[in-house]
Amino acid sequence: MAELTYLQAISDGLRTEMRRDKRVFLIGEDVGVYGGAFKVSLGFQEEFGPWRVIDAPLAETAIVGGCTGAALMGLRPVAEMQFADFISCAWDHLVTVAAKQRWRAGTPVPMVVRLPSGGGFSGGPFHSQNPESSFAHIPGLKCVCPATPEDAKGLLISAIEDPNPVLYFEHKHLYRRIKGEVPEERYTTPLGKARTHREGDDVSVITWGAMVYTADEAAQQLDSDGVSVEILDLRTVMPWDKAAVLESVRKTSKVLVLHEDTRSGGFGGEIAATIAEEAFEDLDAPVKRLAAPDTPVPFSPVLEKAYIPQVDDVVGALRELAEY
Amino acid sequence: MAIAREAQPVGSLHEVREAGLDREDLLGVYRNMLVTRGVEERGHILYRQGKIPGSFYTGRGNEAASVGVATAMGPEDVGAPLHRDMGVHITRGVEPWRIFAQYMGRQDGPTHGRDGNVHMADSQLGLIAMVSHLPAMLPVATGCALAFRIREEPRVAVGWFGEGASARGDAHESMTFAGTRKLPMVFVCDNNQWAYSTPTHYEFATEHVADRADAYGFEGVVVDGTDVLAVYREARRAIDKARAGGGPTLLECLTLRMEGHAVHDDAFYVPKPLFERWAESDPIERFRTWLRDNAELTDEEEDEIASGVKRHLATALERAEESPQPDPANLTEGVYASPEDLDTPHHK
Repeated sequence: MAELTYLQAISDGLRTEMRRDKRVFLIGEDVGVYGGAFKVSLGFQEEFGPWRVIDAPLAETAIVGGCTGAALMGLRPVAEMQFADFISCAWDHLVTVAAKQRWRAGTPVPMVVRLPSGGGFSGGPFHSQNPESSFAHIPGLKCVCPATPEDAKGLLISAIEDPNPVLYFEHKHLYRRIKGEVPEERYTTPLGKARTHREGDDVSVITWGAMVYTADEAAQQLDSDGVSVEILDLRTVMPWDKAAVLESVRKTSKVLVLHEDTRSGGFGGEIAATIAEEAFEDLDAPVKRLAAPDTPVPFSPVLEKAYIPQVDDVVGALRELAEY
Repeated sequence: MAIAREAQPVGSLHEVREAGLDREDLLGVYRNMLVTRGVEERGHILYRQGKIPGSFYTGRGNEAASVGVATAMGPEDVGAPLHRDMGVHITRGVEPWRIFAQYMGRQDGPTHGRDGNVHMADSQLGLIAMVSHLPAMLPVATGCALAFRIREEPRVAVGWFGEGASARGDAHESMTFAGTRKLPMVFVCDNNQWAYSTPTHYEFATEHVADRADAYGFEGVVVDGTDVLAVYREARRAIDKARAGGGPTLLECLTLRMEGHAVHDDAFYVPKPLFERWAESDPIERFRTWLRDNAELTDEEEDEIASGVKRHLATALERAEESPQPDPANLTEGVYASPEDLDTPHHK
């Protein structure tokens, strides 16, 4: 075991797969000599050469569409979007081509698109978004949102191994802030299996990505009030671990669904609806949702703090539930 | 002023032999063109009989362009043809009965009723199924070429697009990428002069689409898309060049779309004299005349080929009509691939 940052764990996972499987290659803007905007692939081009670590022109459509073609030809492409926000430029190629190819034409598209996502450092409206809900809605795509370094590596390896187009949302605010023990050998973390981040009895928080840590801080505060909070980290929102969610809800009878994406049409709505349909009798309080308001992500630190759910917001929501 | 090279017609049988086709090949090309038109004509009848749901598209007038390019492709090459390129499917060996089944949304069509009309492909024959968003298949074909370059395989990818689709960013991004990396790629523009009802001067401001190639760092060629031999020769040159590491070519095949955008469209906006002028350059009639003048095509051979195609398509229609409807119980299957789906030679 080595202690790695979340970012180092992503590099480690990618390097592991590129060493193991010659079919895996990385393509993106500035991923070669520069090592990627966040340095995930620093040193990769020296090790793997310019045809496995490919500096693409500023052309997201060509990158993602090109990965689809390369995947159809038997390679295992990993594309890096410089920021998750830029995936909008390649929407067509994910949603129109890659997502539907297996179902309608019988030809699988095994590819990964890495998406540095999330806010918390004044990136503004175009460098801070969490667009996972948009893609979780598209049949044929998978959406992975690791929260810990260990999962960042294991989920990336699973995503590369998966025979489908997988969107891998790596949260920028966790890159260097979060460290953890990561096994040195190769391992996979299955897609669709949630992780209990913290065990508790009174209230459940269903969340993923950076919000796991916000929830954790809030849970510690509630602990001193004698309220025991369970935190379920979904790890992947498509597929999502419905069984684990329902099990946690049945255990605590009260649930907060928390995410950094905006509220209306956010994936939390799907989770809340499922709980209402399948665990209504087990609930002691209405399902609560906490998410960003329905606005673009603001730039100013004051505004951004008001936008991204904060520890105090979660504490407030959990207290309401506990007292219900 | 044109920048692209304007290709000359092919003259003699000798010239064709030099380009790699013997007399048997030529008769095969002729047959493929007849099958291409025959499939679409029968499809049109099926549509009028109410047997084809949705709409129906043909590539009448584009038979030489599609068959000519596909004939120039090698067995290991791949292509992403579009809705005017039935000739590519036929030349690569897709059986007409499966195409009729596809038209009718039956179980035995290549997409098993999940997608319609020419939205199909047999991947075993090196083809990729198109989507409606044009030219979305160009970046995909470019990605195939990238894979060949990464693995250093002597294979070429061919991506088709129309002159209308040339306006979209996908075309620009693909050509930028393929040009900068000198990928083994051939861009084929079916310029049939009308993007639905929009004429070329509202789609691009140069004389030819192929003029743009210069800006991407590779050669552009304009060829008469009704001359199957000239199309073949130019496609063959481009494919050979790409295979040898010489990078992409943009080959523009100039034709006229001889029908509406789809069956519902009577193309009232196309001037009648234009149709009349291009009707004189019908690709099949033109090649038939060439074969008679240059390759001693006899009446007997001509009849034999024509009646063979007729029988072949009649049998294909019968077989397609017997194909069952898809089972709604299977609708949700296969949205996601399973690991076994990758158990194919090229995913190993």
